[in-house]
Amino acid sequence: MAQLSKETQDKIRDLKDKFPARRSAVLPSLHYAQAELGYLDDATLAEVAALLDLPQSMTTEVVGFYTMFDRERRGKYKLEVCRNISCALMGAKQLTKYLEKKLGVELGGTTPDGKFTLLETECLGACGYAPMLMIGPYFYENLTREKVDAIVGALAEDRDPPIRPAGYPEMDGETPKPLAKASSASAEIRDRLAVSKGKP
Amino acid sequence: MKGEMRLTTARVDLPRSFTLEVAEQNGVYGSLKKTLAQHKPDEIIQIIKASGLRGRGGAGFPTGGKWGFVPKNLDKPRYVVCNADESEPGTFKDRIILERDPHLLIEGCVLTAYAVESHQVYIYIRGEYGLSIQRVSDAVREAYKAGYLGKNIKGSGFDCDLTVYAGAGAYICGEETGLLDSLEGKRGHPRLKPPFPAVVGLYGSPTVINNVETLASVPAILEKGAEWFASTGVKNAAGPRIFAVSGHVNKPGLFEIEMGKVTLRELIDDHCGGMRNGRKVKAVIPGGASTPFLNAEELDVPLDFDAIQAKGSFMGSTAVIVMDETTCMVHAALILTRFFAHESCGQCTPCREGTHWAESILERFEHGGARTEDIDILLDIAAEMGGGRTICALADGAIGPIRSTIQKWQGDYESHVPGGCPQKGSLCEVSW
Repeated sequence: MAQLSKETQDKIRDLKDKFPARRSAVLPSLHYAQAELGYLDDATLAEVAALLDLPQSMTTEVVGFYTMFDRERRGKYKLEVCRNISCALMGAKQLTKYLEKKLGVELGGTTPDGKFTLLETECLGACGYAPMLMIGPYFYENLTREKVDAIVGALAEDRDPPIRPAGYPEMDGETPKPLAKASSASAEIRDRLAVSKGKP
Repeated sequence: MKGEMRLTTARVDLPRSFTLEVAEQNGVYGSLKKTLAQHKPDEIIQIIKASGLRGRGGAGFPTGGKWGFVPKNLDKPRYVVCNADESEPGTFKDRIILERDPHLLIEGCVLTAYAVESHQVYIYIRGEYGLSIQRVSDAVREAYKAGYLGKNIKGSGFDCDLTVYAGAGAYICGEETGLLDSLEGKRGHPRLKPPFPAVVGLYGSPTVINNVETLASVPAILEKGAEWFASTGVKNAAGPRIFAVSGHVNKPGLFEIEMGKVTLRELIDDHCGGMRNGRKVKAVIPGGASTPFLNAEELDVPLDFDAIQAKGSFMGSTAVIVMDETTCMVHAALILTRFFAHESCGQCTPCREGTHWAESILERFEHGGARTEDIDILLDIAAEMGGGRTICALADGAIGPIRSTIQKWQGDYESHVPGGCPQKGSLCEVSW
């Protein structure tokens, strides 16, 4: 049974002949599918493979290799704390413990209301601005308890955090897409994945 | 600031530097127009060879040499791939170019494609870099519209397409052949070499793979000439590099500095405002997680390839991670070893098994139960993992932290026997 919307199905079909080898469409297609559904279960992996006319083994074998793909439903907001060396030197472990206490979940867990999932991740390339947290498509850097309180407090009420994510300095006059609609913001970014014009 | 040379980060502080309008106003694409009109492809390869440009991703391979290996007489397409899978722990330098000067990167990509006579470029960006993916993709759209990509670029007769491809979270995809497998839609498994990607690369075709900062350096070299570039830096280390400093310094961040002109101590004391809380340096990782640790006596090393290698480490990805005197070296080694165990692709036994065994033993040091002879066992495992027993360099990188922390801070290990970490498992004194 089809789980993906007609729109996502079309986007995946459009990728079929975008690359010299069809298989290259697998990762962008899985990004599309996850952006819509939030995670990738067996039925979705089968559906994506079918849309691309590829054997299901080709979607199944990659999904476990790449950490960004989720095999189970996560909270609405996935809080991912970098645990690698530079962040650890600046208090990443303390940040994780603070979040565990604040959210009342253990690492890896999801709050009962389905709002937050707390995870650790390996280096995300924000080492000079540690400790940091990735939420959806955004990085929140140079975190303090006050900043974490403000971010989590706002998201708990589905408001946008009062703190600008990294990469959006005031001088640019750019407003990031509201995180309170995180899935749509990340879907928009995923939509930009295959931008080649003309023949690939 | 001593040694500062802003080559690839010249525009990043300008408002809206990522837009075509600001980029063009500030000189981006000038080199492309000039070069397409004035030079034949092979001349460009000669210029880059003569400039002495070496890869900025980690291995430091001569860029012009790499391009020169690409055969142009095969009946196959040629590809240019930009490695923007920045994920070596400590490294956050390419991100500034991707986020704030994507047009410079596109200009470098098109020039590289022209040099090796390729008509298709892929920029492979790690999937977690959401803003980079967005900014580069937007820039690609602008560049097509303005005629810097597509058919007959600026009337030169040269055609070049560019596709942005997002990874999905795997360190090993920064290894160039792992990246190629990932771009082909597979698990990112590094390939046995030879054949090298220059001959058998993406989709079995000749492929040039360069790091973001490397490609972003190309326009300025073609604009100002090989001689100018070769005259900067020091022997075997021409030009600047972006040093990404993190850890226990007052002002961490990015510093684009001419190679060989500043020492590690000056970088920490002058550029980064010294150590936090007035503490002393205990250890520095000079080039990302895969490079062996230096100790406080080794800080007067100039920042260039040969000088750092003479100290037994590597310049790597110029990710400088600074640790103060309160830092537990066993814990630091554990964090990095856990990372390598997590990221090992699993193809080669010495790496797949070795990283996990080393992690388990380091856990024992950290949490109690370790014996003094476990230090030798760790060194044995390191010896079995390294030295060309594996397809790629991940295992060699993984042994760097283990071996160097034992060599330089064996006392830290001994103090963990048998009761575990004397600091009760905290990596360092940090008030968060």
